[in-house]
Amino acid sequence: MLRRAAYGQPSARPPPLYTGNTVQPMPSISPQRTTHPALRLPPATMLALLLGISLATLLLACASGSVALGPGQIWQALQGQGDALATTLLQLRLERALTAWITGAALALAGLLMQSLLRNPLADPYVMGVSGGASVGALLALWLGLAVWQVDLAAVAGALALSGVLFWLARRDFGRSSGTVLLLLTGALLSTACGAVISLLLTIAQDNQLRGMVFWLVGDISGTPLRPWPWLVLLPAMLLAWWQAPAINLLALHGDHAATLGVPLAGLRRLLLLLSASLTATAVSQGGSIGFVGLMVPHACRLVCGPSLRLLIPASILSGASLLVLADTLARTVVAPMQLPVGILTALLGVPVLFWQLSRTRRRLA
Amino acid sequence: MMLQADKLSILQGQRHLLHQLGWQVRAGEVWWLAGRNGCGKSTLLATLAGLRAPAQGSISLCGQPLGSAAPRLRAQRLALLPQASHDAFDYAVIDAVAAARYPWPDDGHNPGRIAAALNAFDLARLAERPLQALSGGERQRVALASVMAQDAPLLLLDEPTNSLDLAHQAALQVQIRRWQADGKAVVVVSHDLQFAPAIASHALLLDGAGGHSQHTLAQLDATHLAQVLGYPLTRITHAGHPCFLPGHTT
Repeated sequence: MLRRAAYGQPSARPPPLYTGNTVQPMPSISPQRTTHPALRLPPATMLALLLGISLATLLLACASGSVALGPGQIWQALQGQGDALATTLLQLRLERALTAWITGAALALAGLLMQSLLRNPLADPYVMGVSGGASVGALLALWLGLAVWQVDLAAVAGALALSGVLFWLARRDFGRSSGTVLLLLTGALLSTACGAVISLLLTIAQDNQLRGMVFWLVGDISGTPLRPWPWLVLLPAMLLAWWQAPAINLLALHGDHAATLGVPLAGLRRLLLLLSASLTATAVSQGGSIGFVGLMVPHACRLVCGPSLRLLIPASILSGASLLVLADTLARTVVAPMQLPVGILTALLGVPVLFWQLSRTRRRLA
Repeated sequence: MMLQADKLSILQGQRHLLHQLGWQVRAGEVWWLAGRNGCGKSTLLATLAGLRAPAQGSISLCGQPLGSAAPRLRAQRLALLPQASHDAFDYAVIDAVAAARYPWPDDGHNPGRIAAALNAFDLARLAERPLQALSGGERQRVALASVMAQDAPLLLLDEPTNSLDLAHQAALQVQIRRWQADGKAVVVVSHDLQFAPAIASHALLLDGAGGHSQHTLAQLDATHLAQVLGYPLTRITHAGHPCFLPGHTT
């Protein structure tokens, strides 16, 4: 009887769905999408807010330290009219803050792209072992007693070497169905191998080298000068990812089946791994293996902004940058004159924020 | 000619799932793909969609070899509804459906098509809902709406009635008839012996050992189907459509 109704034959009271010939009201689709229902902000407002936060953290970084600088002094010094001390302090602090900014931004974007590639919100930039390769390179250089710039160079070389091995081992997995599982396992194995080499280097290192090695492994940007090339990696990576955002969304939504929607699967996966690996190598060469940012910043942004990449890419970049600037400012001020490795602070700052978000999510689900 | 397979063979390991299939799907035809579990129905759909390579033979889509078309062009001509989907991220329903407009770069965000797809599967109310908050049947309707929004002339549907309640199965029947009337071709994998015969114009039966046979629905009798499915069947007509019931008439 029910099935008869489905063919439009008379029935006492047709359910509302059987409207084969009538026009149903169109759902209201607003072209202006908002962010997550919990926040209801238009994307532009959201980004403006994050940009404001980011500038505020930079300002805070410039103001804080052994000698505090007021906003007026910072403004004067920026225009080249301040006294010598303020100008010098501002330059030192701003350079360090910008180094933190770019490192945090690169880590957050690398994590976001890795999570999209592996379709796993718990992936991070280090899951493929790229940072392991960088750590082996850097620790080897520290063990040999090389200069700071050589250590950074060795880190980049290690990251590149590991990426090369990863690409070669997984060369046929990118276009294959379920290829990301093979890719992930390959990366995890390489990462494990690097872990063993790192432990070996820590074991055979002399006592006076250990402190530098541990700082490098925890993540620390105190000795890093402001360099131009990380910006030259981040900018094209961001633009490429933003341009490919619709395809990355499909990959995150459908995995292998994104191919039936016209996504060139192998090419896109290669691009994502390439971008993520170069961003990770960049960040790691700046500040060592700073944890938490690459894993949790994209995750936290997704909770607030929703999973769509067009908004998530700039939001993650700004949030990651702000978090690292804030963490680094605290790292050099909370127990001054002693400096803490910033990797400790990112986790200590980030975990409570995530707990707060989780409790909000729990309330929404309840 | 929407789809043409010549001497198509599919292997699973060393096992022949399909041997030397010659098959043509024309506009306005609805094919029912039937066979037992593991006989290669989904594998055939994946091969037709270009997700895996055939062991032998060739497939052409709209007169062009399947492998030679650019991914986007192929997606403009062919849409696949996979059997199951796993959601790693919490996209909203409307975002998931709108994302299926990707094959059409010039007409990507076409609100009319997206709204029509949402309406056809009764999703207007759920448009802003995150995918992970949906029931199984609601999730299946989102997948169907995405396939509709993709707007390809050839639709490959793998068990489209999975998790759907009766009313939405009926709505799907109506929608498949509309696609047929619009000149689209549809290939449906289904174990539903009432749903599939009601919409299909043709049937392709796979025995899982490489063998296959093609029938129009009018010619498809219960013995053909019973042989392939390994269970006795009776053909009856119900509500103006053929329908198969398990067991012998007594």
